Formats: sequence, structure tokens, C-alpha cells
Amino acid sequence: METPELITLEINGKSVTVPKGTTILNAAKAAHIKIPTLCYHPDLKAGASCGICVVRQLVPSRTEQGKWVPSPKLLRACCTEATAGMKILTHDPDIVQVRKTVLELILANHPSDCLQCPRSGSCELQAIAADFGIREIPFPKEVIHRDVDKSTPSIVLNPDKCIKCGRCAEVCQQMQNVWALEFIGRGEKTVMAPAAGVPLAESPCIKCGQCSAHCPVGAIYENDETAKVWAALRDPELTCLVQIAPAVRVALGEAFGMEPGALTTGKIYAALRMIGFDKVFDTNFSADVTIMEEGTEFIKRFTGGGTLPLLTSCCPAWTDWMEKYAPDFSENFSTAKSPQQMLSALAKSYWAEKNGIDHTKIHVTSIMPCTAKKYEISRDENMSATGTQDTDVVLTTRELARMIKAAGIDFNDLPEEKADDLLGAYTGAGTIFGVTGGVMEAALRTAYCLITGEAQPPSIDFKEVRGMEGVKTATIDIKGTKVNIAVAHQMGNVEKVIDQIREDRKNGVKPRYDFIEVMACRGGCIGGGGQPCLATDEVRAKRTAGIYTDDEKSVLRMSHLNPEVQALYKDYLGETGANGGEKAEHLLHTHYHKRDVYKFN
Amino acid sequence: MAKLTLEDLRRMRGEKQKAMEMRESSNKDVQVVVGMGTCGIAAGAKDTFTALVSAIDEKGLTNVLIRQTGCMGMCHSEPTVEVVVPGMPAVIYGHVDAATAREIVEKHIVGCELIEGKILDRPSIDIIKNG
Amino acid sequence: MAYESYVLVCGGTACCSGGGTDVVEAFKKELDAQGLSGKVQVVVTGCLGFCEQGPIVKILPQGTFYVQVHEEDVKEIVAEHLVKGRVVQRLCYDPEQAKKLVAEANIPFYQKQYRIVLRNCGVIDPEKIEDYIARDGYKAIEKVLFEMTPEQVVEEMLKSGLRGRGGAGFPTGMKWKFAQQQPKGQKYMVCNADEGDPGAYMDRSTLEGDPHSILEAMTIAGYAIGASKGFIYIRAEYPLAIHRLEVAIGQARDLGLLGDDILGSGFSFDIELRFGAGAFVCGEETALLQSIEGNRGMPKPRPPFPAVKGLWGRPTVINNVETLANIPVIINKGADWFSKIGTATSKGTKVFALTGKVNNSGLIEVPMGTTLREIIFDIGGGIRGGHQFKAAQTGGPSGGIIPPQFLDTPIDYENLAKIGSIMGSGGLIVMDETDCVVDIAKFYLDFTVDESCGKCAPCRIGGRKLLNYLKKITDGRGTEDDIVQMQNISDAMCKASLCGLGQTASNPVRSTLRYFMDEYMEHIKDKKCRAGKCSKLIQYKIDPAKCKGCTLCARKCPAGAISGTVKNPHVIDQSKCIKCGQCELNCKFGAISHG
Repeated sequence: METPELITLEINGKSVTVPKGTTILNAAKAAHIKIPTLCYHPDLKAGASCGICVVRQLVPSRTEQGKWVPSPKLLRACCTEATAGMKILTHDPDIVQVRKTVLELILANHPSDCLQCPRSGSCELQAIAADFGIREIPFPKEVIHRDVDKSTPSIVLNPDKCIKCGRCAEVCQQMQNVWALEFIGRGEKTVMAPAAGVPLAESPCIKCGQCSAHCPVGAIYENDETAKVWAALRDPELTCLVQIAPAVRVALGEAFGMEPGALTTGKIYAALRMIGFDKVFDTNFSADVTIMEEGTEFIKRFTGGGTLPLLTSCCPAWTDWMEKYAPDFSENFSTAKSPQQMLSALAKSYWAEKNGIDHTKIHVTSIMPCTAKKYEISRDENMSATGTQDTDVVLTTRELARMIKAAGIDFNDLPEEKADDLLGAYTGAGTIFGVTGGVMEAALRTAYCLITGEAQPPSIDFKEVRGMEGVKTATIDIKGTKVNIAVAHQMGNVEKVIDQIREDRKNGVKPRYDFIEVMACRGGCIGGGGQPCLATDEVRAKRTAGIYTDDEKSVLRMSHLNPEVQALYKDYLGETGANGGEKAEHLLHTHYHKRDVYKFN
Repeated sequence: MAKLTLEDLRRMRGEKQKAMEMRESSNKDVQVVVGMGTCGIAAGAKDTFTALVSAIDEKGLTNVLIRQTGCMGMCHSEPTVEVVVPGMPAVIYGHVDAATAREIVEKHIVGCELIEGKILDRPSIDIIKNG
Repeated sequence: MAYESYVLVCGGTACCSGGGTDVVEAFKKELDAQGLSGKVQVVVTGCLGFCEQGPIVKILPQGTFYVQVHEEDVKEIVAEHLVKGRVVQRLCYDPEQAKKLVAEANIPFYQKQYRIVLRNCGVIDPEKIEDYIARDGYKAIEKVLFEMTPEQVVEEMLKSGLRGRGGAGFPTGMKWKFAQQQPKGQKYMVCNADEGDPGAYMDRSTLEGDPHSILEAMTIAGYAIGASKGFIYIRAEYPLAIHRLEVAIGQARDLGLLGDDILGSGFSFDIELRFGAGAFVCGEETALLQSIEGNRGMPKPRPPFPAVKGLWGRPTVINNVETLANIPVIINKGADWFSKIGTATSKGTKVFALTGKVNNSGLIEVPMGTTLREIIFDIGGGIRGGHQFKAAQTGGPSGGIIPPQFLDTPIDYENLAKIGSIMGSGGLIVMDETDCVVDIAKFYLDFTVDESCGKCAPCRIGGRKLLNYLKKITDGRGTEDDIVQMQNISDAMCKASLCGLGQTASNPVRSTLRYFMDEYMEHIKDKKCRAGKCSKLIQYKIDPAKCKGCTLCARKCPAGAISGTVKNPHVIDQSKCIKCGQCELNCKFGAISHG
């Protein structure tokens, strides 16, 4: 590893040494000096739009030798590289006034309905206005009114609140490579919207929600469906079931003042019961089921000359991207549904039958870190395998936090409870679905056992698939059989892997990978678009650590050992879909369609 | 035309310069130069050009070279036309509409008389040569 | 049959009222008396532009320029000059000139001008490459390719002191040096022909009149910095310039002056045209590069500067059209020669588009250091229609307003900045007392608000707020607090905007507030517009002494704002009046006026 060249500069008279290429903003951070920012986000290349982070450089005096005087010009700290010997002033009365005026200008064009805004309490504009002590806005308010875009089930675009920080476009284009959002129009008429004036639902949008996770204000947010859930809970005819995703348990606590990564599984179960759900299940259970279905599917293709590489299919944003941008991989996609869809289908068939309840009177809510899941539940007719829509409502982690608060529940003080029977137990393999590499690792643990017939692999951990690198590749040795795998996360990193396989196809060679896991969000589901806002790599690392802790403390760490899973196959499904099980095929599998990137008419 | 070598370029320059000098000293050709920048064209320079050409044709004049040029700079009086008749001082006329164009051919080129009220003046070319 | 001599008497208004018509008559009489009518033609010309020294008489073919010629002088001129060929020294404008007696005259409009950039405009046919070659075209490229190293070319640019003519005034040689010093590899040379300032058309005329000068200059620049590819980014609203460039590029390619192995030197360079699509902001260099790359034209923060990291991440030099037009001359005549023109900090000449309330509007080129007075009153022929000079505006929407007390300022980058304006690209708009400074500021803000790309808050929102305040003031609803807010916003825009558009958009406001605060106060406190421009502040009034009560105005008024009975003086209700002016237009008794 090359040691980067170091440079020394002075900020507010304080000397600080940083690697060459560091911005003034980060150099100041290293010197424990805070420079206020608004549009800046550590995930993204500096947009340099808002003008809040301006600082002043001291330059050599032209009249007095050896003296340094403040330059009348201001620089943006977020994007300007620190240079050796630079002298920076981060605060003086003039700078403070300029920042204040810029903020007042932004507020003058921003609606004043903080009290009703979904971001009240987590809004970055609200926070900086409070910090700056803005009490009145000297300019007349002028909010240009535009229509809200509610065309997708997942995400709402509210242009009235947009401050044109540009993060959503940068995320959608550079981080996610989806290119659904762009700056459209000019000057004060600028909106962040899809090209050609199409609604979001008719654009390339894959509903990953990363835009909403990066938006500093209430201009982009998840489609709030808590009202639907309250209504269902109040309906005496309905039996209300709920499942929670792996990634929810390490992030929900953040809304209640806990550290990211705090494992709150038991408390969540308790909270859900207090809210009024009849039965509380865990998507980790169906993650284990997914491994059974997808694991056997992989072994069948791998040993029987089937289409390879096999691509994981549990991420609906990735599925949407594939259907739009890479339909030539439809045959490669695993036909297994996502764990969410599997559990809902089983709840309205297996569980309903076992408990003698009419499945049309069962309401399934799914708590997900993901906005795309709201779209997945009505993707096609396979999502209604039980005759009615299998999953009724999806709520994001953010919405659940609101429900718990609205119910007046003191989350921190809840007891640790357990999930309900049949669809609640999970192994460590199920919980690691929440992080990048988790599906692959879970699949490898079980595949190893199924291929070799041994009780467990030499190491239960497959560390090669873990970590934040965009694309991780490895060759796994299963007692002489070599399996080439790739794990990609953050959609922007995926196209190159797809292109590699396309190249192999063109050259007529065996595809270089046998099995590829893709997660649309950075870090995997723990970094999902529906998780608490303002996540950075630091936060993602903590949530990831929480997941692996959950895995390590589990008694059972391989999906095929899950007793409830074993019971499911023994008592109900019989074989997996890949091995000819018809029930499994019907309830737990789906197929794919080519979709238009843009819909024009 | 083929690609030039250094010698070709120098030769071309020399020949063209010589031809221009010869024309000036031999008093052979009358030159009429019409300003055809966008300001000139907007003021009607294309009509002016057409009127000059047809008047020259009508009179059967064979020694008149009429050509276009860019903006002469006197945008307040477009269309502008420079007239160089051997033996007479070179002048620039301003506000040259079709009627004035005919007058230029009849009175100035044929009659060797300057036209009242329309003279602006001529560009001081080759400050560079002199300076 | 040609005359032997021509006597041109200036027929401009000033000269006429100074006795010019008498001079014409005197000449005709004297020539008759001397029997010279067949040999000398007396002609009255359009305004020769030197109005302060009129009546002007010019004798051709010698080109002698006589000033302040009166009836009594005519006899002497005829006898001495026309008969004996001896110049009348005492009447000469420039006594030195009498000694030179150059064949070509230096005319008033051109007298103070020094046409370097415009050397070929108005002289050659821009669609004939041979014309360009004959006038020392493609001579500089010979010298550069065969007698100079790239380092020497850069040195020459540095020595010349040439500064960017697009408005910023950055030393061209330094920009080239930065790019040249970057490691070898693909580099680009870009010509910024996206001239966007309202009222500026210097670049357009240069491209229409002398396109090859730009091609030659770009090739020289390419050689100096190590670029093999050039782009001319030209706004689509210049179809004639585009056509002339396409013809020129075609001709240059045919002759091998563009393309592979130019003139057998081993150096290859080619140029491609790229068109703008109607965005003023794309004249800003980083936005321009974004546009060429096919992206939305939004500026990027600098550093890194394009000379280090520009088009597609490669070192790129962007120069304005006028800057480039100077390059071949600097190479041909030397940096020393060039650096002798102009002032200590601003070398060479500047092309201005002199427009507005002057008599002789047009494109002029003057050495740096020429004063505003010389430009407006000598070259420009003074204010039209006998009005008074109020102010000059330079630099377009990024510039400031210059009041009469600075008329004798020698124009250069530093001096203009000191008085609160900028050189800009060369727009120079002259205003008289019928122009309202608040209205001018509003006009420019209207432009910049429309053209703002929208990326950064200070420009996007600040510009609109400024415009709203200006509208408020011109509507008669302004308050003194508005001035304070405008100053705050201007300050924030200047310091916190991402690019030059936002940083300078408040200049028209800042400079008009600085020099014409009393006019703003009149709008605010007295609800009065002294120029009579702001329609909401104009009041139409009926003079009861002149009004005959004919009721015509009341019948013509579309708003029903006039009341009165027959044969009695009528009255206009100001609250209903929509200021259409129909009453004043129709009154046969001159009883209605506005102000």
C-alpha cells in the first residue's frame, strides 16, 4: 500500500497535516474545526452548490513583505483541495454574514410547514437554520408551486421543498447508475425530475430510494402507508401478521437515540405486538427458506449444465434494473422470490391452513429497510400466488419508527420478546441477508453441506464475500469443486460485472462467474433507501457489525438446520421448486419481464 | 487544391500580393466591396449587392470587380459599400439602398463623380503595414 | 473622366451649424472663379465624426484633414493647396501630418482606432482564403512551426502581455504555460465563441469577417500547448459566422493548413465546430466544457482549472475569439511591438461594440488607455439628438455603470475595476438623460435571472430577489429597507456564487447604487422617475389653462380615467390611469403632458 504524500496547512492559525488531495473541509475536520455545510454529503462528490461552506484564504500582502492578508474572495471548502502552506480562515464576521444571507435566501424560497413535514426533526435545513439562529427572513417568501409526483408506490417527489442541492441526481446517476433524476429546466425553474417530463413511474427509476435517503429536506421521501396499517389493525375481521427484515433490527434503534448497529430484535417484536399485530414473524425465517430454494436451484444448474451464472433475485430494485437495462439476463436470474414474498405467500397458505384461518382475512404487513419492496408486492401476478395479494403493505423502517412514536410507546424500555411460531425462527445465515455478501455466504454454507454431504464447511465464515469493496470476487473450493463467485453492491458497481459476462458470451467462453449476488444499495440492505436518513459509511459499518454479531450469537448458523424450515418442507411443501416440488414452485417462485426504460405515451 | 508545402504557401502569397499591387498600379480594375456582415445583411446589403450587379450588367461594364467583405465597423450606416476607381480617391458610402447603388454605378463609376451626402470614408487598412 | 481632386466638406449637424454650408458655397464659387470646376469636385459627406473641431474639410486624394474651416479660409485653401499643392499648415488637424502627407487618410472614425483584431474585417472577402494569405495570413504559422519551439511560443505570449479578452483578463501566456507544463498526452484547444452579452457582437463580426485568423491562432496555440484537436464552441444564433467558419475550415483542410502534417512540419491539428443551444451560462468556461461533453451546461468548481483538467479530464486551454485574433499578429510583429501598445498592465487594443445613444454606433478598436471621452465623443460622434451624456455601461450583465466624472479614465482592466465596472467582452452602451439607471439594472437582472443555470442558491434565488426589489422600486412601491436588502444580497451573490455569472450578476445593482443613489431615492421617496422611463411612475396631467373641455380625451381613454363636463377642464384619475398615452396623443390643444 502506497503511503500518500502528506501536506501541512494552517486553519484558523492551527497547523494540521493531511494526505495530499484532502479538501479544506476534511482538513478542518481533522483539526477539529467544523465548517457548516448543507449540500455536502460524504458519500458523494462535492456538488458545490449551496455556498454555505465558504471560507477565506490568507494571501501574501502585495505591499508588506512577509505579511499575510485576508483575500476578499471566498472559496468553497467542500470541493477545494488543501495545498501545502495554505492559510485558511473559516470564520470572520463577513463570512458569517454571507452564510446567513445565503441561508435566508434558501429559506425565503422554502415552504414554512415544518410542523407537518415528514422530515421535521431530521431535516438538515431545519438544523442549520436553528444553528444559525434565524428568527426572521428579510426577503418576501416566494415558493414556486409544482405538483407532487406520487406515480410510484415507493417514492414521493415534492418539488416545492427542493433546495437544488443536487444530491439526488448525483446519487441516481453516479452512485446508482440509474439516471432517472436530473436537473431539468433552468434557473429558478429548475426541478429534480426525470427527463422529458415523464412521471417517475415511467422513468428508469428502480425505486431503490437512495434519493430519499440522501435528500437533506422533505423534497423526496418514502410513500407513507402507515394509515393503511392502522386501518387494518382496527379492522376486527382481519388477522394482522407482520414480518421484519434483517436490516431493520440494527437500524430502528437510531430513531430512538441508540447507536447504529444496536440489536433491537426482541424490542421490535414487543413494539409490534403493542401496536396491535396479532402475530409477529421474521423475514429471516424466509431468508432461510430462500437459501433452500435458491441453493438447490444453484446446485441443479451448476451440476446439470443449466444457465450460469445464477443471479440472486431478492433485491427488487436490482430486479427492476435487470428488467430494464439487462433483460438479456432474465434466464440467469434465480426464479426464487424474495424472502418477503416467500413469507407472505406462506403466511396466507401454510400458516393459514395450519391455524384454520381464511386466508382472505389475513393481512400481512412487511417492515423493510427498502422502498422498492413497496413496488415489489404488485410486480406481477406471481405476487398474488395465494389468490389475493400476498403482501398487503410494506412499511419502511422510518415509517415503523413513526408508528411506534405515534403509539406513544417508549421503545427503549420495552422487554425482549420472541417471534411467533412457524414463521419466526431463524439461523445466522438468514440474518446476514441484510448485508452485502450475506446471501452468498448463507448460500455457500448450505451449498457446501448439500454438495459434500458434510455437516458444515471447514469455516462457517466466508470472509471473502464481506466488506465495502464495490465488487468482491473469489473462487470457493468445495472439496475440489471450484465455484467462482462475485458479490456486487451499490448499483453503480454492477454494470461492469454484467458487461464482463456479456464479453464472455461474445467470446464464446465459459462465464467467469458461476454465482453472482447483487444488492442495489451500498452496504446491502442495511444501507437501504428506507432506513433512517443521513447514513454514511461510518453508520453503515456499525449496522453491518450488528448483523454479524446477530449471526455469531445464533445457535444455528446454517439455513438447512432451521427446525421450522425443516418442518415446512416435511409437513407442507415436500420438495424445493428446483427438485420438482410443485407447491414450492407455485408459491415461492416467479418469472421476469423485459420492461421499457422510459415509457412514452 | 492539393495540400501546400511551405514553399507552396510562400509562393501563393507572393503571387497574390503581386497581383494586388499590379491591379492597383495598372489602374485596370474598378473595385466595389460590399459589407456583408450580419449587420449589413440585416440592413439590406444583399439587395444592394444585387442592384449593383444588375446596374453593372446593364451598363455593360467589364472592368468592375464586385466582392463581399465582413463588417467594416460603421454599423450605424449600413449597408456600407467601398468604391475604388483608379484615378479617384477610394471612398466608403453609407446607407446604400438599391437606388443609391444605381447612382454609384452611374455617377461614380461611369461619371467619375463622388455622390453627395453619402460619403462616410474608407478604412485605414494596414495600420500594421505602416505601424 | 475623373476629377483631379475632391473637396469633402462634412455635412454633419455640428459642422453645418458651425458654418459648413457656407464653406461649401464658398468653395464652389471660388473654384468657378479660378476655372477649376471641371478639375475639382466639391462633395458634402455624412458626418465625419470629429464634431468638436468642425467644420471639417478633407482634401482627397492626399487625405489632408482641415479643421475649423470658415468661409474666409476657402480662398487660401484653393490657392495654396488645390492650385499649388501646398498644405495650409495652420488649418491642419495634425501639423505633423502635413509633413507626412500619406496617400491613405486616417479618418476620424478610424483616427483614434488601431485595428489589429479587425485588421481584415471590411477589407478581405472572408470566404476567400487567398485574400487572407495575401495579407500575411498563415505567415505566423510558418514561423511557429519551422522556427520556434512550443516553449518559445509560450514565452512570446507571456512577453506580449496579452490578457484574455472574454472579460476576465487572465494573462494568456500564463494559461498556455499551465497547459503546456502538463504531462504529454491528449490536450485540447477550445475557442469560446458563445458571445452572450446583450449588445456585444465583436466576436461575431470577427468570425464573419476574418474566420481564418481564428483557425490560424488555434493551430498556433495547439502547437504551443501540445494539443492536436481544437473545438470552436459557437452559439447557434450566429448562422452566418458558422457558415463562414465551415467554409474556412473546409478551405484550410483542402490546402493542408489543418489536418495531418501541416505544411510538412510534422505537426497535426484539426478543428471541429460545436454549437451552443441558447444558454448564456455556457459561455462560462467550465459550463462550456460540460456542454461539449454532452452534459448539462452547469459550471464546476475551480480548482481544478481547465488548463490542468478540462475536456474529458484532459488539459484544455479556452480562449476567447478576440484574444485569438491577436495571436498571428503578435507572432508576426513580435511581442515587443505588441507590448508597446496600451498601458502598463493592459497591453494591446480592445474591440468595443459602441452602441446606445451615440451618433456613430459600431465596432471600434482602440489601444488600451484610450479614454471614454475619446471613444464616446470623438469616435462615437457624441450623444444623439442633442441629449446629455448620463453614463456608459461596460461589461454587459456582469459590468457596471460609469458616470460622467470618470469620462477621462484611460480604459484598462485595472482602472475599470477600480471604478466598479469591468472590461467585459467589449459591450459599451451609452446612455443619456432619458435612460433610467434603475431600469437598466432591472434589464440586466431580468437577463441573468433567466440565464442562471440554477445550481447554486446565491445566484438562483439571490438574482430573483434582486429583480423583485428592482421591480418594486420601478413600480413605485420601493422602501429604503429594499436598498439595504439589495446590498446584502449583492454581497452574498458576489462572494458565494459558484461561477462568474452569479458572482457578477449583482454588479449593475452595486454600481448604480454607488453612483446614482439619489435616483433610487427619487423612485422610492418621491415616486418619481427623472428619466421618464418607469411607466408606473409617469403621471399624465391635463393643464386646465389649455384644456377646452372638448371631451375627446375622455372618450379615447380605454380605462375611463378622465372625467369632466363639456367646455370645462377635464381631470385624470391617477388611480385608474393605465399610462397608455392615448389622451396626450389625441389632444388637439397640447393640454396633456406626462412626466
